Amino acid sequence: MSTVQLTLLHAKYNLIETARIPIALIGSLAFPSLALLFFVVPQRTVADDPVFATQAVISLCVFAVMSNALFSFGLNISEAREKPWDPYLRTLPAPGVARVLAHVFSTGAMGLAAIIPVIVIGGLATAAEAPLGNVLAGFVALAVSGLPFMFIGICIGYSMPSKAAIAVVQVVMFALAFIGGLFLPPFLFADWLNTISMFTPSRQARELVIWAVQGGDLEPWVWLGVLAWTVVTFALALLLFRRDEGRRYR
Amino acid sequence: MTALASLTNVSRRFGDQLALDDVSLDIEPGSILGLLGPNGAGKTTLISLLEGLRSPSSGTVRLFGGSPGDHRNRVALGSTPQETALPDTLRVGEVIDFVGRHFPERMPTAELAGDFGLTELLRRQTGSLSGGQKRRLSVALAFVGKPRLVLLDEPTTGLDVDARRTLWDALRRQHEAGATVVVTSHYLEEIEALAQRVVVMAHGRVIADDALPAVLARVALRRVRLVSPEVERIATLDGVVRHEASGDGTTTFYAQDSDRLIVELVRSGIPFSELAVRGATLEEAFLTLTEDAPEDAPEDAPEDASESEGARS
Repeated sequence: MSTVQLTLLHAKYNLIETARIPIALIGSLAFPSLALLFFVVPQRTVADDPVFATQAVISLCVFAVMSNALFSFGLNISEAREKPWDPYLRTLPAPGVARVLAHVFSTGAMGLAAIIPVIVIGGLATAAEAPLGNVLAGFVALAVSGLPFMFIGICIGYSMPSKAAIAVVQVVMFALAFIGGLFLPPFLFADWLNTISMFTPSRQARELVIWAVQGGDLEPWVWLGVLAWTVVTFALALLLFRRDEGRRYR
Repeated sequence: MTALASLTNVSRRFGDQLALDDVSLDIEPGSILGLLGPNGAGKTTLISLLEGLRSPSSGTVRLFGGSPGDHRNRVALGSTPQETALPDTLRVGEVIDFVGRHFPERMPTAELAGDFGLTELLRRQTGSLSGGQKRRLSVALAFVGKPRLVLLDEPTTGLDVDARRTLWDALRRQHEAGATVVVTSHYLEEIEALAQRVVVMAHGRVIADDALPAVLARVALRRVRLVSPEVERIATLDGVVRHEASGDGTTTFYAQDSDRLIVELVRSGIPFSELAVRGATLEEAFLTLTEDAPEDAPEDAPEDASESEGARS
């Protein structure tokens, strides 16, 4: 079996496992579409303005990617650490990279599944619009700016038991969503809140995707911020992963 | 014959605890090797080194001539999840397929299920299985890839007698089909039923490595308990391996043949009372073996080591 085949195999069973508990999907799959339907579509000042409506759709796409990454990595890792099934999988003849990539793929697939209804509802029920090429550029920007959320999820997974991880993921997710301007557009923010917002990975992700889809200037704080969060959270995730190897087997 | 797997002067520390202490062991193809020892003897650590889950603090571990950490060397290795931790939401057939597809050559799901009595359960989610069914599935997974070497860590812990025998039968069939099996246990009965070669471990060391009958002779002890004013004289009688004073004034003697010891005792005319004879637990037998070993055994071995777990009580 090649690494690619094994990656797909593990990704497939990750997804089957997730899909068997449908209620677990609602939070990450349905919530972004519901938020769009209830909070954006009825507000015609936003929904009828192509620029604002597109930004609202993008914000909720960022939210979908973020919540999937946080939940999938944070909860799965903390649960796997409590169960001996994961160590068993490590005794099978599959390289470690196949299992990690499978996890990234299955999370990516879930993220995609959450984004598509948002885009469809946005396209049909609001004035949001963008050329196809820009939408594709937006997907690339989403994938890149989603990395810090993945790493934050990994950090949470490795640093606490699953019951704590559920709570922490929720708090982190909603805090980042509000402060990052994913639910309320940042132009409604007070100056001090806007300043804080600019330091969050969620705000930076939002701005990066908006730039990719709508064009305009890319402010340095956006890409510097995404880069900084990626490096810092990656380093922390790596540190916690290594520390865990030593601690798990005491 | 070249060994399927080998450990050479392997030690493994966890913090300041020494789980394996200079262990050397070759696993040759063909036999069922029983790895016997009380809890905490280092059996699981040894298995996890062979599975590539951990690396040794010192020494070398080889699996099919290479490092067990390299996944390519694990293609002919079969192992089993501990504590029956299966993904609750997957169906039995799916779990077998998932694991089976890691291997270039695999047993068909239906055939494996038939061998381990899982045919009726293939459509069930693993979360709905009983403890015994989960255990059978876990052990079956070790054989799905047609392995040359199978490592089973306590495969029947917590099973009732019937379930244990069903599993033993399945294991023997797989062994006859060509798999070399290493099975750990703290049940002497289990090792007796399955193994041809037995390695006894205690405190992270190998204290005996021999054919089954030879190990049985050393491990299968009887305990003779009595009150007597002349303990030291009794201790010199033929067949007494070890003796210890209990807090209540009685003394316990360990002997391989208790009948002969009692005949000797009566003949010698030494006064005694409150005679009681029963099989020694495995823990008690191990204590005797560890005292034979060159290194001194720790004196703080738990007195209350659960007697019900011994095989021959």
